[in-house]
Amino acid sequence: MPTSATTDPVPGLAAYSEVTASDASLRRFLHGLPGVDQVGAEARAAGLGTRSIKTTAKAWALDLAIRMVDLTTLEGQDTPGKVRALANKALRPDPSDPSCPSVAAVCVYGDLVGEVKAVLGDQVNVAAVATAFPSGRASMDIKLADTRDAVANGADEIDMVIDRGAFLAGRYLQVFDEIVATREACARPDGSHAHLKVIFETGELQTYDNVRRASWLAMLAGADFIKTSTGKVQPAATLPVTLVMLEAVRDFREATGVQVGVKPAGGIRTAKDAIKYLVMVNEVAGDDWLDPDWFRFGASTLLNDLLMQRTKLTTGRYSGPDYFTLD
Amino acid sequence: MAFEYAPAPESRSIVDIKPSYGLFVDGEFVDGRGTSFKTINPATEETLAEVAEASEADVDLAVRAARRAFRGWSRMSGKERAKYLFRIARIIQERGRELAVLESIDNGKPIKESRDVDVPVVAAHFFYYAGWADKLEYAGLGPNPQPLGVAGQVIPWNFPLLMLAWKVAPALACGNTVVLKPAETTPLTALLFAEICQQADLPPGVVNIVTGASSTGQALVSHPDIDKVAFTGSTEVGKAIARAVAGTDKKVTLELGGKAANIVFDDAPIDQAVEGIVSGIFFNQGHVCCAGSRLLVQESVADEVMAKLKRRMGTLRVGDPLDKNTDIGAINSREQLDRIRELSEVGESEGAERWSPACDLPTSGFWFPPTVFTGVTQAHRIAREEVFGPVLSVLTFRTPAEAVEKANNTPYGLSAGVWTEKGSRILHMASQLRAGVVWANTFNKFDPASPFGGYKESGYGREGGRQGLAAYLKGAQG
Repeated sequence: MPTSATTDPVPGLAAYSEVTASDASLRRFLHGLPGVDQVGAEARAAGLGTRSIKTTAKAWALDLAIRMVDLTTLEGQDTPGKVRALANKALRPDPSDPSCPSVAAVCVYGDLVGEVKAVLGDQVNVAAVATAFPSGRASMDIKLADTRDAVANGADEIDMVIDRGAFLAGRYLQVFDEIVATREACARPDGSHAHLKVIFETGELQTYDNVRRASWLAMLAGADFIKTSTGKVQPAATLPVTLVMLEAVRDFREATGVQVGVKPAGGIRTAKDAIKYLVMVNEVAGDDWLDPDWFRFGASTLLNDLLMQRTKLTTGRYSGPDYFTLD
Repeated sequence: MAFEYAPAPESRSIVDIKPSYGLFVDGEFVDGRGTSFKTINPATEETLAEVAEASEADVDLAVRAARRAFRGWSRMSGKERAKYLFRIARIIQERGRELAVLESIDNGKPIKESRDVDVPVVAAHFFYYAGWADKLEYAGLGPNPQPLGVAGQVIPWNFPLLMLAWKVAPALACGNTVVLKPAETTPLTALLFAEICQQADLPPGVVNIVTGASSTGQALVSHPDIDKVAFTGSTEVGKAIARAVAGTDKKVTLELGGKAANIVFDDAPIDQAVEGIVSGIFFNQGHVCCAGSRLLVQESVADEVMAKLKRRMGTLRVGDPLDKNTDIGAINSREQLDRIRELSEVGESEGAERWSPACDLPTSGFWFPPTVFTGVTQAHRIAREEVFGPVLSVLTFRTPAEAVEKANNTPYGLSAGVWTEKGSRILHMASQLRAGVVWANTFNKFDPASPFGGYKESGYGREGGRQGLAAYLKGAQG
């Protein structure tokens, strides 16, 4: 498959065209990245987790976290009614408090994009999973058709999965080419393109070295976002995995001038956890990433805990779960 | 918009600091016969309490009490002694927050460290040696091991409670009794520990605590009825103690200064190495005898490592030790601050390049920003002398042999760090480095099961682990 330079609009990446010219050179590059010491990375993540975020800082962080949520439902039992309800929740997470911000996006399977779009319009983005989500086990034509279909239905963002089998077998160029091709499939007739998030399924890649390599590979291929997990495999997002990915986007911007977003997804259920991630974004990547354009949470139950803590901060009391909508 | 962390101070209402403190002798708090001195909070310069300065006569009373208690304590079965030590360990855990807050107030170290490092490691040390008390015969230190008698112990101000634990726990487990002198600037947690000994019903005289300055320490180590001297502190004082006990049959262990090399190879996990460099030199404001104060970085990755290190240093939060988000607290005393300033000025005048991130320091109290010197050579004083502050000297090397040569080219030999993903290189370096502790892909990690101690001017004897028992038993090499 050709990886022509025309799909690479960013001058900062041009310096890396040699790297992605062949499987051998790509492998040399990815294996030449500094290793990740597991114990050290986990200790750093745990250390950042002890930051104490209180009062005004907490209020600010909770609102930001709400604005960063990709409110997600990816079930076989999803129906038009279910996703419309979720879309309404995305617009007004806390109907009793108009000052509560909307979330960043609603994330669904490609066939339900139209239903969600009808509710959201342009107020909140629609993200669709594609490329034979969650396993990625299908032929390339089908993955690309899956992507084009979601874009044609109005998806603003595409969450693709990489072929973990190819990655673990060391066929890095194949993974690279698939991302490049999916990016091309994200193009719309008007010349714009749906934002591409690349899911690694870090629970299957297993080592932090693999996570770092996958991060660079996806960024070189033109990913707008790198994302930890589908939510279908355990472990999903963890703090240390996200740490390694944040280090990668930080180093990548330094090397190329290109900023790429990060999305941990799956397993983040409490406001306390979300704030730990924001502290990590702040201290590892820097405050340029503290924005829904550059950091997202793939989550569903997280939102209600954020709302509950937000209400607690403003009223001084906890309300029961029935005071928050279940959609 | 930036993420500004709101103040998150740990409440100090849990500690009850008395206006004045006496000495702890024979299980009771007693007034000293000498004068008294003030201990202050180094973050604010507020006076915390008046503390008795033990005179020679006070020290003598304490040693006599320890001698009297030795008879019963040493004949008690190991199993019984263990009960007391386990009890002390549990009370330390139960009163952990109180101890952590008091340690941060008196010492200036961030609550994050006193809470997550000092106090848990202190409790672990007592638990560990409690376990040895009835198993001494199986420690491989000879049949029927016997305690030495009365130990005179003098500890520093950088880890007041932790150094107390390192001294007291093995001594008591082996059946010795102790007279301990905490540092002049940080006596309060030792006095709280005395209260814990009372709470644990420890027999009177087994632990005695005499506060004071250097004259008290001198009176203690030169007391004729002391069988063992254990000292942690400066090399200068250590040498004086070695001279003072020369010609006596006192056993001595000395844990002195250091100028550790933290060696980063080009195949290191760079991000974790940067964390290790930071914790190596900025942990506890650099008031660590085993601090990684000399960074030896391979020239081929020096620029990358330095860029990442400087960015990381920019995120360090310097300020109120009781704020839970503080990374670097106050310098322990004006005297120490003056020493750090002086050596930093020497570093600059000798031509090294000085850099600190922008940081607002409080207006009262003793503060020094995290500082790094680049372009340092072996000929610079900041590469040779122990600064004992948040000041890192960066040197480069080209080959593993050069790294070993530079790392060992120091009068000290307490610790070293090696950062590489190549396992064989770690083993090779560990065998070549003349340092008591060599950390691989980590730094400043402490565990009661692991012996600690130095080569050359870093002292002799080992504390911690099975080896730490030898220092408190007759006939054992320690």
